[in-house]
Amino acid sequence: MPGAAEIVIDANRPVVEAEGLVRVFGGRRAVDGVDFTIGAGECLALFGPNGAGKTTLLRLLAGLLAPSEGICRVGGVRLREGAAARAQVGLVSHTSMLYGALTAHENVEFAARLYGVRDPSDAARRALAEMRVADRANAPVRALSRGLQQRVSIARAIVHAPRLLLCDEPYTGLDESGSAALTAALADRRDRGAALLLVTHNLGEGLALASHAAVMRRGRFVRHEARATLDVAAYATEYRELATADA
Amino acid sequence: MRDAIIGPRAASVSANEPTNLPGVLHAAWLIARKDLAIEFRTRTAFFSSIVFALLGLTIFYFAWDPTAVAAIDIAPGVLWVIFTFSGLLGLQRSFGVEQADGAMDALLAAPVDREAIYLGKALANVLFVAGVQAIALPALALFYSVPLGGVWLPLAGIALLAAVGIVAVGTLFSAMAVNTRLAELLLPMLSLPFFLPIVTAAAQTTARLVAGRPAAEAWPWLRILLGFDLVFVVACAVAFPYTLDE
Repeated sequence: MPGAAEIVIDANRPVVEAEGLVRVFGGRRAVDGVDFTIGAGECLALFGPNGAGKTTLLRLLAGLLAPSEGICRVGGVRLREGAAARAQVGLVSHTSMLYGALTAHENVEFAARLYGVRDPSDAARRALAEMRVADRANAPVRALSRGLQQRVSIARAIVHAPRLLLCDEPYTGLDESGSAALTAALADRRDRGAALLLVTHNLGEGLALASHAAVMRRGRFVRHEARATLDVAAYATEYRELATADA
Repeated sequence: MRDAIIGPRAASVSANEPTNLPGVLHAAWLIARKDLAIEFRTRTAFFSSIVFALLGLTIFYFAWDPTAVAAIDIAPGVLWVIFTFSGLLGLQRSFGVEQADGAMDALLAAPVDREAIYLGKALANVLFVAGVQAIALPALALFYSVPLGGVWLPLAGIALLAAVGIVAVGTLFSAMAVNTRLAELLLPMLSLPFFLPIVTAAAQTTARLVAGRPAAEAWPWLRILLGFDLVFVVACAVAFPYTLDE
């Protein structure tokens, strides 16, 4: 386990580099040769119908799955090779990834300690405040609504100020205030130089933050372009047709 | 979090950035402490194990014919049957708490070695099993009127050594079984054959201690217990990371 002195993250390289990523389950190629990079301060919004391979790609980037082929680097460090790379990644998933018996603060503080954050208790407090859930910090997570749990889950993912934030449908279960807090938190991180990968079915939410957009289908990127070049209306129509064709 | 320097990430430093990643033992302690905090809040597994142990002692007591078998002969066997099965209840829970809301993913994505996860879980489980033993042992002495006065300390040592072996194997199989639909059935089926040498050696050592036999008689069994502890701890710690790969 490397200590702080051994963490060598190359700030001059893109935050994420995926080269020929393939993940096979049985005979099925859930991710089938994906190449992309996300630089500091960029946000890739990833769209795609159910079963397109988006979540598998996110799990590869989080280091939860080993690629069958290809390489994934964070800050120039191969993900599966070391804790240094995983320390740079934050993950928001479908599930809350929280412990129901612990309080919101304890959950976030536990994550902060695992990531070696200086003053974990204070960091947890600030992360919860950023997600506008500080007033419920001492409530057991199981006593919180689904939306509040999602806010705590996001606080857990950002408590260590990750260079790469992976979000899988992060708006699920959030009310208006929670959605606004999340959008503000993500925009703040992007503006401070973090890289974001935002998986969503909602084009509006995704494109609002994105610097790049990609559509995934059957394990491959079928579109991948800069947000600035997009005609949003035409993109939405094409995406709907694509999603309907796969349904 | 607004206190970070605004600008390109290459030049920015956030107050929350990881600065000192925990080593294996520190991470293991964090995980064990978290598991014990959850158990302390819920107390479900601990109380279940205690109730199970006391009920087991009671059932054995009423099934026992003191005119046919002396208490000193039956007590070690009863004790280790109770320890084995009440320990299993705690082991079931070990990875169950990670499974409920996908917390295992957060643990695996964190910058901690998988060996640290195993050691943390195992440490919490040893403390759990030792807690159950600390209550069941005096209860056994009470039920069976077994004079444990002079052998408390060595007996506690044997119980702890056996707990280490049981937990080493049980923690590994708990991780393997938790994702299956038959986890409650699979864990005992996988674990019990491996518990056998540990429990046999512990029961034999206990029997000799309780009967007041010379220490030299217990030593061969104690060596077997130590040997299996060593093998199981090393083998399971090495094998554990592979059980988590999808």
